[in-house]
Amino acid sequence: MAETTTAPRPVVATHGLWVVLPFAILCAAFLYPLFLIALQAVTGPDGALSLAQPLRVLTTPAFWRAFLNTIEIAVSASAGCVGLGLGLAILLSFVPFPGSRTAARLIETFVALPTFLVALAFTFLYGSAGILNETATTALGLAHPPVDFLYSRWGVVLAEVTVYTPFALRPLLAAFSLIDAAQIEVASSLGAKPLRILRQVILPAALPALLAGGSLCLLLTVNEFGVVLFIGAKGVITLPLMIYDKAIQEFDYPSACVVAVVNVALSLGLFSAYRLIVARIGGRHAGVV
Amino acid sequence: MLVWSRAARRMIWAVGGLVAAIIYGAPIIVIALASIAGHWNGAWPNDFTLRHYGNALTGDSARQLRTSLETGAIASVFAVLSGTWAALALRKIAPLPRRLFDLFFFMPSAVPSVSVGLGLLVAFSQPPVLLNGTTLIVILAHFVLISAFSYGNISAGLARLRPDYEQVAESLGARPAYKLWRVTLPLILPYIVGALSLSFALSMGELGATEMVYPPGWVTLPVGIFALSDRGAIFDAAALTMLLVAGTFAILLALVRISNRATVR
Repeated sequence: MAETTTAPRPVVATHGLWVVLPFAILCAAFLYPLFLIALQAVTGPDGALSLAQPLRVLTTPAFWRAFLNTIEIAVSASAGCVGLGLGLAILLSFVPFPGSRTAARLIETFVALPTFLVALAFTFLYGSAGILNETATTALGLAHPPVDFLYSRWGVVLAEVTVYTPFALRPLLAAFSLIDAAQIEVASSLGAKPLRILRQVILPAALPALLAGGSLCLLLTVNEFGVVLFIGAKGVITLPLMIYDKAIQEFDYPSACVVAVVNVALSLGLFSAYRLIVARIGGRHAGVV
Repeated sequence: MLVWSRAARRMIWAVGGLVAAIIYGAPIIVIALASIAGHWNGAWPNDFTLRHYGNALTGDSARQLRTSLETGAIASVFAVLSGTWAALALRKIAPLPRRLFDLFFFMPSAVPSVSVGLGLLVAFSQPPVLLNGTTLIVILAHFVLISAFSYGNISAGLARLRPDYEQVAESLGARPAYKLWRVTLPLILPYIVGALSLSFALSMGELGATEMVYPPGWVTLPVGIFALSDRGAIFDAAALTMLLVAGTFAILLALVRISNRATVR
């Protein structure tokens, strides 16, 4: 054992050098800009380091509104994704129908589509002059459109549920494919009702995948920009939208950097949680897509 | 089989199918419908026209489509190059630093795209490198965001690779470069093509970072779609979205066919 570990060491050392080039590119194009954001956030107008800037931004009600909005939207949307994903996964895996694999694959293609597509479609479906409202007003003879959730937080939540459910669905389908079909058949031949099988066989097996999918959805919904921008509801400002508003609309780069530091810290925290869960359940899948 | 009764199974299918159709079918159908709607005053379009596609294929929109295709092509080729390189390089180093590097290479996919754009603006609006207002900063932003995805795809492929082929090649005396070119790369080609298609699709739909950094002369399709919908030209926006989806899928399909042909051989 000792000979084999000492002999190839110099080779291993030169092999390690190959990583320098991609890592240098990552540093120049990503890590260094990220560091400059943090630096800019704590640099005063005179160029000296100061906490005045972050303190000023972090004590405004607008920041806290955006922060709470982001958390509320992300938590509700992720809960929706996990719930819907679980329902669809159970349907696709345990009550399969002809073409269910194609259906699963079709839902998965949503991963590659731009998120704002759904927000744009929602304007036609649920907007004040959308299909749903027009049908309801003409059919029921109402004076005002009855459905009015699109330009609120719930419009954003529903659009994000649509966009991100495939991310919760995928680990669940993978986990369910590992359940032995005989296990379920034995349980049901012993007289267990479907609900009991769900509770005692399927859900325990799905728990790690639920956690992994849920934390991934949480990360993606905290970072979501396109849906919030397209729905453009007045009161619904999230952290990514606030970064955009401060930097591009108000040219206030220092404030944008303070908000970005908070947002990046939140995202990286969620990312670490996701990686820990995936490592714990032993999945190979460590990436976001 | 979880549900044995045929009637119960049918009912579950009906409910599940309805939910899936409302959530996933309706958005696509309604965008397609809006892209050919002439007037839309009631619940459904009053008449149909191809005018919006005409608008989409001329003038500003046509230029934006080209801009997006070029940005996507350049950024995804570089992202796949650097992702493949990084994934291959990481196989050879010790587990602990490997996990650390792995974390770093995944990081761009975990931070909000808006902050990637903001970082590039802050970093490259000051010397030594001035990129603010150039085409290059848009391509760089796309590259950063999608490089994590292509790295992820390719390292997943490498993890699934059985080591025997490479060991056999090595034991037969293949030099590292030959082994890489004739054994490893052909074996992970499906993952490389997968990474390329995913990167391209993500770049075509990228909005957050692009909104932050784009100069007036390099407007991508999603930015153009947002401008149209913000201005109230939602039917034109729908037609452009359809073109974006169709263009993305066409290129994805072509790449999948190329990869199938390559692996069959």
